[in-house]
Amino acid sequence: MTDQAHLYSEKVMEHFRNPRNVGEIKDPDGIGHVGNPVCGDIMELYIKVKDGVIVDAKFKTFGCGAAIATSSMVTELVKGKTIDEALKISNRAVAEALGGLPPVKMHCSVLAEEALKSAIEDYVKRKK
Amino acid sequence: MRKVYLDHNATTPVSPIVLEAMLPYLKDIYGNPSSIHEFGRIARKAVEEARAEVASLINAKDAQEIVFTGSGTEADNFAIKGIAHALKNKGNHIITSCIEHHAVLNVCKFLEKEGTRVTYLPVDNNGIVDINELKKSITDKTILISIMLANNEVGTIEPIEEIASIAKEKGIILHTDAVQAAGKLPIDVQKIGVDLLSMSAHKIYGPKGIGALYIKKGIKITPLISGGHHERNRRAGTENVAGIAGFGKAAYLAEKELSRESPYLVGLRDYLHEGIKKKIQEIRLNGDPKKRLPNTLNISFKYLEGESIILNLDLEGVAVSTGSACTSGSLEPSHVLVAMGLDAVDAQGSVRFSLGHDNKKEDIDYVLEVLPPIIDRLRKMSPLYKEKK
Ligand SMILES: Cc1ncc(COP(=O)(O)O)c(C=O)c1O
Ligand code: FES
Repeated sequence: MTDQAHLYSEKVMEHFRNPRNVGEIKDPDGIGHVGNPVCGDIMELYIKVKDGVIVDAKFKTFGCGAAIATSSMVTELVKGKTIDEALKISNRAVAEALGGLPPVKMHCSVLAEEALKSAIEDYVKRKK
Repeated sequence: MRKVYLDHNATTPVSPIVLEAMLPYLKDIYGNPSSIHEFGRIARKAVEEARAEVASLINAKDAQEIVFTGSGTEADNFAIKGIAHALKNKGNHIITSCIEHHAVLNVCKFLEKEGTRVTYLPVDNNGIVDINELKKSITDKTILISIMLANNEVGTIEPIEEIASIAKEKGIILHTDAVQAAGKLPIDVQKIGVDLLSMSAHKIYGPKGIGALYIKKGIKITPLISGGHHERNRRAGTENVAGIAGFGKAAYLAEKELSRESPYLVGLRDYLHEGIKKKIQEIRLNGDPKKRLPNTLNISFKYLEGESIILNLDLEGVAVSTGSACTSGSLEPSHVLVAMGLDAVDAQGSVRFSLGHDNKKEDIDYVLEVLPPIIDRLRKMSPLYKEKK
């Protein structure tokens, strides 16, 4: 199992150890809730939006080390971004920001991307 | 930082006494055991003494019933492929279980592609093989039953004597993967009535890369590896003399220490279990509460995923694993826990603590100190936990 840890970059381990923005937002403007069909892991992402800009983001994740690290990273990446900019954040971008992920763990970053998309969709729906 | 190794089912440290026993064969005693000169004869003597020790560990009648292999995995391959080939005119049906190690399961899958029919027996919630299903699956084409003696992930001990009497009555050969059981449980192959039994040195404080297959006298088996006349034509290749000498010493020590070590490990393991139960809510013991390896504790921490627990424990210097070491690279939950009927979330959240004789009470106290905050922190992060609060 230590093997797996060796496979994770410093940055992944750093985010895994000290995940940023864990928790829920009291009255969020959007909630994303997604499950990973590959491994059964689950992520929830909360966003707060002001004048079209994401001002806060928090997450809860049931998943492996990579899932936790990518959740943490995606909340960092979206803060201060406009909705349009946030929609352009891909799973690859999240993985790259973490210094890469082992190949078997690439799918975990998809969870983060989808949670973000789903939270934005929810935000758009609520606004209508 | 304190280092606590609780992953002895993955592998064990080589005992200093074992290392001492091996070193001469890596230095001065380099002869080939097949050579007739003195250099060779000394090496041969070491191999035969080790064979006798390994035979004694499982109470084999004759040391020649032990064949050394390159691993436990090779012993499993040899047993199953060897019988399937040797008896191919008699039948083409093998019965095994859903919870075997991949060293057995993937051999069976390989044989299935070659036209062998394989039945994978289900297990109950504790991981015990369904004996009624076993009886029902036997046909006149069944040539081999392969059921592990004890499971590596949850430690459940299978009713191998009962299975042996069924196999004997029907005239079917019985193999058991005893890689986790040998040295941890008393084993008497004559009393059980098993025909083939796999072992591996590195699970009992011996070196890696050396295993053995017990082959009862009279059993016809096709070798897996062809070549020279080594191991009485059953396993070609110049013997790994140092590895064999180490295995012999490890087997000797395991047999000598078993009656003392086993209650010690049970005590320490149950102390860990009780401590976890006291400090952490919503856990589940996986495996049979009683019929279980003395050193194994497999626990599901609800609402959590195993890897995140293990990585956190690793950061605190504690080594444990999820499922078996070889499957940690895969994404699916453990095939063993799924076969035992655990739902996906419980199966994901399982951690195996496997203790060894070097572990002390202080090690367990340390784990009981660092584990609860980890579980607490991860649960706060889990979207599943919130729903049930
Ligand atoms: C039950 C079981 N069978 C077989 C093996 C394989 O043994 P080895 O590592 O010597 O190939 C292991 C250990 O990994 C095991 O636990
Ligand atoms: S293995 Fe499931 S998200 Fe990483």
